[in-house]
This record gives sequence, C-alpha cells and structure tokens, in this order.
Amino acid sequence: MREPTTNVKIQLKRTPNVRSDGTDSGDYGLLRLLREGIFGHGGWRPAWHKAQPRAHYRVLVIGGGGQGLATAHALATLHGITDVAVLEKGPIGLGNVGRNTTIIRSNYFHPDNVRFYEHSLQLWEQLERTLNFNVMVSQRGTLNLFHTEAQRDLFTRRANGMRLQDVDAVPLDRKEVKSLVPLVDLDHGRFPVLGGFLQPRGGTVRHDAVAWGYARAASRAGVDIVEHCEVRRIVTAGGRVTGVETTQGFIGADIVCLAVAGHSSTLASTVGLQLPIESHVLQAFVTEAIKPVLDVVLTYGAGHFYISQSDKGGLVFGGHIDGYNTYGQRGTLPMAEEVAAAGLTLLPGLGRVRVLRQWGGVMDMSMDGSPLISRTPIEGLYLNGGWCYGGFKAIPAGGVATAHLIATGEPHAIARHMDLDRFADGRLIDERGAGPYPWAH
Amino acid sequence: MNAAQARIPGPTEMLRIQCPHCGCRDETEFRYRGDASISRPLADAGEAAFVHYVYHRNNPKGWHVEWWLHVSGCRAVLRVVRHTVTHEIHSVTLPQEPVDIPWEAR
Repeated sequence: MREPTTNVKIQLKRTPNVRSDGTDSGDYGLLRLLREGIFGHGGWRPAWHKAQPRAHYRVLVIGGGGQGLATAHALATLHGITDVAVLEKGPIGLGNVGRNTTIIRSNYFHPDNVRFYEHSLQLWEQLERTLNFNVMVSQRGTLNLFHTEAQRDLFTRRANGMRLQDVDAVPLDRKEVKSLVPLVDLDHGRFPVLGGFLQPRGGTVRHDAVAWGYARAASRAGVDIVEHCEVRRIVTAGGRVTGVETTQGFIGADIVCLAVAGHSSTLASTVGLQLPIESHVLQAFVTEAIKPVLDVVLTYGAGHFYISQSDKGGLVFGGHIDGYNTYGQRGTLPMAEEVAAAGLTLLPGLGRVRVLRQWGGVMDMSMDGSPLISRTPIEGLYLNGGWCYGGFKAIPAGGVATAHLIATGEPHAIARHMDLDRFADGRLIDERGAGPYPWAH
Repeated sequence: MNAAQARIPGPTEMLRIQCPHCGCRDETEFRYRGDASISRPLADAGEAAFVHYVYHRNNPKGWHVEWWLHVSGCRAVLRVVRHTVTHEIHSVTLPQEPVDIPWEAR
C-alpha cells in the first residue's frame, strides 16, 4: 500500500474521484490515466465497497464468483431487492471465475440447453453496457472440428437443432477450416479433419474483468460484497433457513442462495441435504506468449481438447476432468499428457511452445451433466450449481434466472428445466448421453 | 497395508494404487467407478430410495470410499479409501473383504 502523499491530497481536492462510500468514481478515461500518471497513481480507489456484514439480510448469496455476483446484481437491478449480501471466502476473482478458459458459446444439442446458453450469449453481447465495464467480449468464433462421417452427421444434427432456434451455426469444409486456422494438421493418419462447424458469435471474454465488473455494478446497486468471510454452516429452524454461521459470526437471512460450485455438497451437507453432484478437478494450461497464430476458439473432435489465444499471446487450453472425486485444486500428469497429445495431434506446429502454467479447479459435476437452478427441500434455501465446467459462459443467464427464482418464486422461462426434481421425475438433460456418472460428462 | 503407500502424493504426482493381486500400479491402469458407500436398495424399497441410490451422493471433502476397476491389470474391482483433498490412499481391499476406514472418518 502506498502512503498518502501531499500530491494525492492536492489531486483529490482537484478532482472528486472518490464516491461517498470510498469507492472509485469509475472514470477510467484517458485524462484520468494521464492525471494519475503525473500524480503517482495515488488516487485510485477500490472499484467496489468492501462491506462489513450486517446482522440480517433479506437475501444472502454464498459465493462471490461469477454466478453469485451475477445473481446479486440481477436481484438488485432487475427486481429491486437491494437488501442482499454476497459472502466470499477469499478475495473476489480468485475462485473458478478467474481460473477458467474464458470461452462463451451456445452450440448445444439439447433444445433446453440451446435456449438457456443462447440467452446467456445474448446477455454477453450487451454486458459491457449493462455493467458499464469493459469485459473484453471477443466474438472471434468457436470452431468444432469433426473427424469421422458419423461425427459429421451428429454435428450436423446439432447445428440444425441450433438453427431451428435461430442460433448461428456454419458448416465448414476442409479448405475453409485450413484457411481459418492454418496451423491445423488436416491429414493426421488416424484422425484426419473432415470439416467443422463454426459458431461465429462464440468467443472469449476477459474472465477477471467479468468478476470485477459484476462486483462493481452489484456494489453500486446497493449489494454488500463481503470478502474473506467463509460460511461454515447453514442454520435452519423448523425446516426454514434462518441464516449462516461464518468466520465473521452469525448472519441472519430470510433467503440463502448457494453459488459455491465445487463446494455445493459440503455446504448442503450442513443441513443434511444430499445433492446429485460430485466434485471433480478440471485442469487448464497456458503457454508462453507467442505472436498471433489462432484467432478462433478451436475444439478437437477426436479427443477432448479446446484452445484459444489470449490477448497477451498465451495459448489457453484444456481437456477433460481428471475423472475421480477430489477437492484438491490440482490435476495430475496423466490428464496433462492426454491433453498435450490431443493438442499436438491437431496442431503439431505447437510442439516447441513451452507451457507456462498449469492449474486445476474444482468442478460441481452433476449427475446428468446439466446445471441446477432450483429451490431445495429446505424452505428459503436456493441452489445455483452443478455447472460441470461450463459455468463461465452461463454467468449472465445464470444470474438472471437465479434472481428471478428467488424474487418471484417461479422459475425463469429459460431455466424451468434446471430444477432438482428432474432426477426423480426422469426429466434428465443428459447432453452427452453418459448416464448418472458425473466423471463421464 | 504397504508402508510406502501411506503417503501424501505430490502436487502433480499421479495416484498409485496398491492392487492386492498385482502390487503398486499407476492410476492410468485403473478406471474410476465412483462412490462405494452406496448400496442398491431392495426391489420393493420404493421410488424415493432408488432416486437416492442412483443420483444422490455424499461427495465428502475428506475420506471417500470408492470403486476402482483394475482394467489394465487383474480386472478386479477394488474398494479404495482415498482422501479427496490430499489424495492420500488409506486402504485398498477386495469387495468381499471388510472396508478399512480411518478412525477420523468413522
């Protein structure tokens, strides 16, 4: 932390860059940059208010990741419920929202999933205006390659399903794939590329900015964002939620919403609730920065591999989950080897590029591979979870749908199918057709 | 239990499972088969019991009893007690043997 200097005081007097709650005015324009540069950058203030928890809230959202912040933001801005706090165990932005591969898309097979993720994609397209924050939405296109004729038929069926709902899907032949991604090896002996489907509106978003933008917008709308406040246990009385026990003491609430991804089961177990969720680890990798070589999000069809190039030049890629229950935020080498092998089969030119970092995040894998936005058997306890390593792209729609459920008591039209009861009713949304084996989704 | 096996694996170290038939083998020889603490209800147990059996899991942060199939070895199904944070393996037993759970998980 910088000690306040005389310069800063003069500068603060000159330009009121601090709002009444101590946060920054949010003027990030060129003149402000110049001024801060001249005066030693002492005038910047936090983007959101670092709130101390009050004794009671109408709604408590546990988890200050993308889904939790988006839920609180939607509650405040769409439903006028501002008596809301977001409890985050660490600092904002260091959970899964800052650890993913930043891809957005809506190229799903199941009609309900297409509708939900397409709604999310449309919200991404307006998000910078909604939040008044540059989250760097880059609709560079998502290209899924296929390698067999059977896979082409499957992808065609998926693309036709998408187009029936006015979602963009463009078939590409081998020549078009090569011209879009010159790095691709079309003629691999075992898995030649036969073509691909492009969703031009898919792409990437700067994940940290999403967390910061939502936190700032929610804070400005009146939501308390409480960092370093870990929830130990949910407290109930007579089958109803009354609050939560945290590291900062008891906080009362009429409604508690879980948005804690991989730790959904852990918190639900404090009220004796079992969820159709297992926690698994998904690894991601980033290479050293290189010159621009890849301007789409590319996925490999003969294995599980997806890659894009960040604005800094690093290639960001990942594959499948390691495949066993774990809360350890780290993956092991067998999956790293499998991902690297898939990557080099598709893009052999990357063989000499060095991997800079590897990390793992805990995923809430649901039993049918689709998310849960639902009430629970405990009155007043709501669940936003089961995102199965696909939660990032769903942040805007997940927040809107969860807030709608909390505020109106009715599920949002785009998330009607995402309830917990679907398992008992046999209404599974099994995108992969893998059955009740979370490690297979 | 093998003394060499009762240790916490390093950050990126793969799991090493002490198969009762084949000895200590890498995780790549095995196929994970999920929670071994659940058992199939009787046929007349009712729908709710079956929903619970098929879909609901404890998903503990701590000791987890789980099935691993030694698919590239003896093809036996093994019951492994593993810690889901440290990845430490406490015991590996055959299904017909009694399960050995650490005292703190009992």
